[in-house]
Amino acid sequence: MSVPAELGYTNEHEWVSVKEGVATVGITAFAAEALGDIVYVEPPEVGSTLEAGTTCGEVESHKSVSELYAPVNGEVVEVNQAAVDEPELIGSDPYSQGWLFKVELSEEPVDLLTPEQYTQLTEGEG
Amino acid sequence: MSQAPEGARTTPLHQTHQALNANLVDFAGWLMPLRYASEAAEHKAVREAAGLFDLSHMGELLVRGAGAASFLDYALVGHLSAVTPGRARYTMITAEHGGVIDDLIVYRLAEDEYLIVANASNSDTVFAALTERASGFDVVLADESSEYALIAVQGPRAVEILAPLTDADLSTIKYYAGYRHTVAGQPVLLARTGYTGEDGFEIFVKPGSDAPAVWDALLKAGEPAGLIPAGLSARDTLRLEAGMPLYGNELSLDRTPYEAGLGRVVKLDKPDDFVGRAALTARADSGPTHTLVGLVGRGRRVPRKGYDVLRDGVSVGTVTSGAPSPSIGKPIAVAYVEAGTDLSSGEFAVDVRGRAEPMDVVRLPFYKRDK
Repeated sequence: MSVPAELGYTNEHEWVSVKEGVATVGITAFAAEALGDIVYVEPPEVGSTLEAGTTCGEVESHKSVSELYAPVNGEVVEVNQAAVDEPELIGSDPYSQGWLFKVELSEEPVDLLTPEQYTQLTEGEG
Repeated sequence: MSQAPEGARTTPLHQTHQALNANLVDFAGWLMPLRYASEAAEHKAVREAAGLFDLSHMGELLVRGAGAASFLDYALVGHLSAVTPGRARYTMITAEHGGVIDDLIVYRLAEDEYLIVANASNSDTVFAALTERASGFDVVLADESSEYALIAVQGPRAVEILAPLTDADLSTIKYYAGYRHTVAGQPVLLARTGYTGEDGFEIFVKPGSDAPAVWDALLKAGEPAGLIPAGLSARDTLRLEAGMPLYGNELSLDRTPYEAGLGRVVKLDKPDDFVGRAALTARADSGPTHTLVGLVGRGRRVPRKGYDVLRDGVSVGTVTSGAPSPSIGKPIAVAYVEAGTDLSSGEFAVDVRGRAEPMDVVRLPFYKRDK
């Protein structure tokens, strides 16, 4: 399962890419594979304030619903409308076209997992 | 039967599933394929071409003896003595109070021999209930669940895929019939039954090498026609679209067949007494306490099992099964609502985790194939 080296990760199977104070967030390939066909995604609304570790949306697949957790503190500045309109993108291209939302950081992220730590986590759960 | 490390049993096709990289889950104590790749693609393959299923977790219970027919008339709600050898019936076993213990397919293999197919989760309970009810009848009961693998090929192209592999003339096999034949050279019980809303066959075959031989032959013959392996996730959306009940969802000990809209399987007019007769006669007279309705979501959030059904904001029932429907492209659900609920007026919704999602009430089934 692909775990790109340039990203940070969470225990909730999300990835985070920080560039110039803005974090892009998505779910990992491991999560997408576990969910199966994704039929619906509800990212947090633009303008909402996120507190790291709290729920901020949901991803629905054929068999189940999973909550999205805010991986960082900050304000949502953009959501990926393409992924909302075509949730299949999240499964087919989780690290690129399937990104979910962008957060303007109010503080630097802490506690993100390294790719090595995340790989260990998935091996424990796989 | 080998044991997986987690304690779940594996089917005779376990290595096949692993080679296909199936997503395996514990289902009723069995390690079963949930999906192989995309469940929507598997669903569509069954609607448009064909799908191949491993159903070896199902229970097979054999009833044999001079009293087999009269015993089943007593133990089940159906009139099994009226079934011609070679034919099958969809029926149920209920408790004395009329609640459903399980829904079953019963094949009359011979004058004095029946094969009962029970849900994996209920097979032991059904066998115990049958054993208890068998006293005084000239029958022998055997739990033969580990003697069979069960492979289903379902879909509009099932006939053309199976025909070259079997000695059976498929054009003569009616729906709900089962006979001893060969498939891929292996002796099987070949039945024209299914749980998908499509034409298709269920093939009971010996475990060991016979089952993979049949699976591989069907997969090879079917691939050019669009057949793919399909898992339990697709099976669930297929049966839901077709309006078929699932035990543990629409069917339970708390409901009689009348609530599930399946009163027709209860043969109150069969000549002799049967377990549940008094309670079921009373329920037939009084009418069901709840009825099953079909719901189609206007949005995209999916009503799931256990969610409240609202009419003009007031709770009138509970969702028993819900899923995104690949055929309709919208969320669908079936739900029990209180009998007498006015379905022709009012705004219906399902409380999906705190938000009322608007629903349209529709007649079941959601999907019916063109014949």
